[in-house]
Amino acid sequence: MIIDINFIGLIIASIMASAVPLILASCGELITERSGVLNLGVEGMMIIGAISGFALMTVTGSLIIAIFGAMLAGVLISTIFAFLTQTLITNHVATGLALTIFGIGISAMIGKNFVGIPGKEFPVLFEGLKNTIPLLGPILFGHSIVFYFAFALPFITSYFLKKTKIGLIVRAVGDSPESASNQGINVRLVRYACILYGGAMSGLAGAYLSMIYTPQWIENMTGGRGWIALALVVFSTWNPIKILIGAMIFGGLTIIQFHMQAIGVRIPVQFLTALPYIVTIIVLVVISRDSRKIRLSTPSSLGKSFHKDN
Amino acid sequence: MIKIVKRDQPSRAIFFLTPVLAIFLTLVAGGLIFYILGFKPFEALKFFFIVPIADKYGFSELLLKATPLCLIAIGLSFCFKSNNWNIGAEGQLTFGAIVSGGVALLFYEQEGFYILPIVILAGAIGGMLYASIPAILKTYFNTNEILVSLMLVYVSKLILDYLVVGPWSNPEGFNFPETRQFSDSAKLPLLFEGLRIHAGIFLALAAVVISWFVFYKTYLGFQMKVSGFSLKTAKYAGYKGKKMIILVFLISGACAGLAGVGEITGPIGQLHREISPDYGFTAIIVAFLGRLHPVGIIFASLVVAITYLGAETAQIFMQIPKYTGQVFQGMILFFLLASDYLLFFKFKFIGSKK
Repeated sequence: MIIDINFIGLIIASIMASAVPLILASCGELITERSGVLNLGVEGMMIIGAISGFALMTVTGSLIIAIFGAMLAGVLISTIFAFLTQTLITNHVATGLALTIFGIGISAMIGKNFVGIPGKEFPVLFEGLKNTIPLLGPILFGHSIVFYFAFALPFITSYFLKKTKIGLIVRAVGDSPESASNQGINVRLVRYACILYGGAMSGLAGAYLSMIYTPQWIENMTGGRGWIALALVVFSTWNPIKILIGAMIFGGLTIIQFHMQAIGVRIPVQFLTALPYIVTIIVLVVISRDSRKIRLSTPSSLGKSFHKDN
Repeated sequence: MIKIVKRDQPSRAIFFLTPVLAIFLTLVAGGLIFYILGFKPFEALKFFFIVPIADKYGFSELLLKATPLCLIAIGLSFCFKSNNWNIGAEGQLTFGAIVSGGVALLFYEQEGFYILPIVILAGAIGGMLYASIPAILKTYFNTNEILVSLMLVYVSKLILDYLVVGPWSNPEGFNFPETRQFSDSAKLPLLFEGLRIHAGIFLALAAVVISWFVFYKTYLGFQMKVSGFSLKTAKYAGYKGKKMIILVFLISGACAGLAGVGEITGPIGQLHREISPDYGFTAIIVAFLGRLHPVGIIFASLVVAITYLGAETAQIFMQIPKYTGQVFQGMILFFLLASDYLLFFKFKFIGSKK
C-alpha cells in the first residue's frame, strides 16, 4: 500500500486547523491569568464571538467587519466580567460561570434567526503553493489569515511577556499586586486591559469556528472548547509555547476520531467523542501531580481580588 | 457629595436583602431586553413570570422544576461553603440517573415495594461515585476540581447517549434513542391526580432539613465554615482537610444523583438523551442566590424554576426564544454578585459645605 505523502500533510494541516481556536483562546486567557485574574467565562466569550462573527458576516457581507466585530463582541462581554471582578471585587469563579451561562443564552437568542443559513467562503493565502513541496506544501500553504496568526501568537505572547516592559508589568501585577501597586502601577487598569484582551482573543476563536472552520451557526457550537482552552493554560504551566504543543495534541485527538470513524474502527462513536475530555483530565492529573512545580509557575495572585484602600 | 466607605464588617441585613435586589434588577434588565427585541416589556414579563404559575397545574410544574434545583443546590452548598468548586453537578446527576436507570431496567415488568428504594439508593451511589473522581484527583493529585468536574459532564452525557442508543435501547422501540419504560414499582408516586408533581419533593425537603442541621448544629458544619473562610486557619486548627473535601463532594454528588433519580423515575419514566435541561448548572446559581443557606435555597429554587417555565410560556405565546431563560439566569447571578458590593461598602452622603 502506498500512502500518499501529501495525504499525511493534509491530515497534519487539519489537526492544525482544529488547534487554532484552542491556541487563540488559550493565549488570550494566559495573558488574563498572568495578570492574576481567573476568567472561567472563556466558553461564553467564545460562543458570543461565534454568533457575532457569523451574524455580522451574514448581515454586512464583510468578512473584515465580521472578524473585528466578533473580537469587539468578546471585548464587550468581557467588560462585564472586568467591571464585576475589578471594580465591584466579585469572586472570579462565580462571575466567570455567570458569564458562560449568560453567553450561551444570549448567543442562542441572537442565533435563532441564523440557524441553517450557509456560511461564506473565507479566502485562503498561498493556495497556489500547496502542491509545490511534498508533505510541507499542504501544511504551510492554503490557510486563512487567522490560521497563520494563531500559530504566530504563542511566540508573540512569549516575546511580549519576557521581553517587553508592558509584559513585565503584567507579570508583576499577577505575581504581586501589592508591590506593583507600590511601584505606582495601576493594578486595576492593567487587569482590565488583560481581561479585555482575553475577551478579544476568545471572540476571535469563536469567529474562527463559525466563519472558517465550520462556516455555519449551530447552537452551542463551541462544545466545551472554551473549557479545554482553560485546561490548556494549566497544561502549559503558563508558558505560551507549550500551549502550541497542547493544542496540537487536542487537535490531533479530534481529527483522529473522525478518521477512525471513517475507516470503520469498531469503537462506539461516543467513546471517541469523549476522548478529548478524558485526555484533558489525564493530562491535568499528570501536570498537577507535582504540586511544587505548579505552585512555582502559577501566577501568585491568580483568582484573588485586589482592592486598594483609598 | 457621595463617598464610598468600607464597612467595618459585612452587613447581615444586606446579606439577605441583596438577593431580592438582584431579582428586581434582573426584572428591570429583562424588561429592557424584551423592549429591544420589540416586545411590550410588561406584557412579556407577565407571560414570563406570572402566567406560568397562575393556576394549579402551573404551580405543580413550578414545584416539579424547583425540586431538582433545590436538591442539587443543597448539595453544592456543602462544597461551596468549604471552598470546593464542584461545577459538574450536571454530570453527577446524569451518572446517578444512568446507574439508577440501569437498576430500574433490571426490574423490568417486576413489581414490589422494595424496588423503588433500591433504585433511589442506586442513583445516590452513582452520583457519589462520579463526584468522587474530582474529589480524589483534587486531594491526592492536586488537580483542579473545576476543570475535572466540568469535563466529566461531557463524558457522562456521552455515556448516556451510548447506552440509550446502543445496549439499553428499547428492543421494541423502533430505534428511538430511549430505554423501555420503567415498571410502576420503580416510579416515584404522584402526589395529586392529574398533576406531575411527585414524591421526589420530599427528598429535597429532607435534604434541606438535614443540611440545616449539619451546617448549624454539628462540628463538621463548623469545620466547613472555617475551611471556607481560611484554609490556613483550618490547617492550623488541625482539621483533616482531605477527608472533608471528599466528604463534601460525596454529599453533593449524592444530592445531584438523587435529582437525576427524581427526573427519570418521576416525570420521564425511562432513560433518554435529554434527562435534564441543565439543572446541574442552574443549581449553581440557585445555591448562590440562596446564599448557601438551606431556607434561602428553597426560595431561590422557586424563583429560578420560574425562569424555566417562563421561557416555555413566552415561547409558546409570544415566540420569545426559550433561551431567554438562560439569559435571565446569567443576569440574576451577575446582579447578585454585583450587589454584594453593598455588603462590604456603603455610600456615605457628605453635605457639601458652602
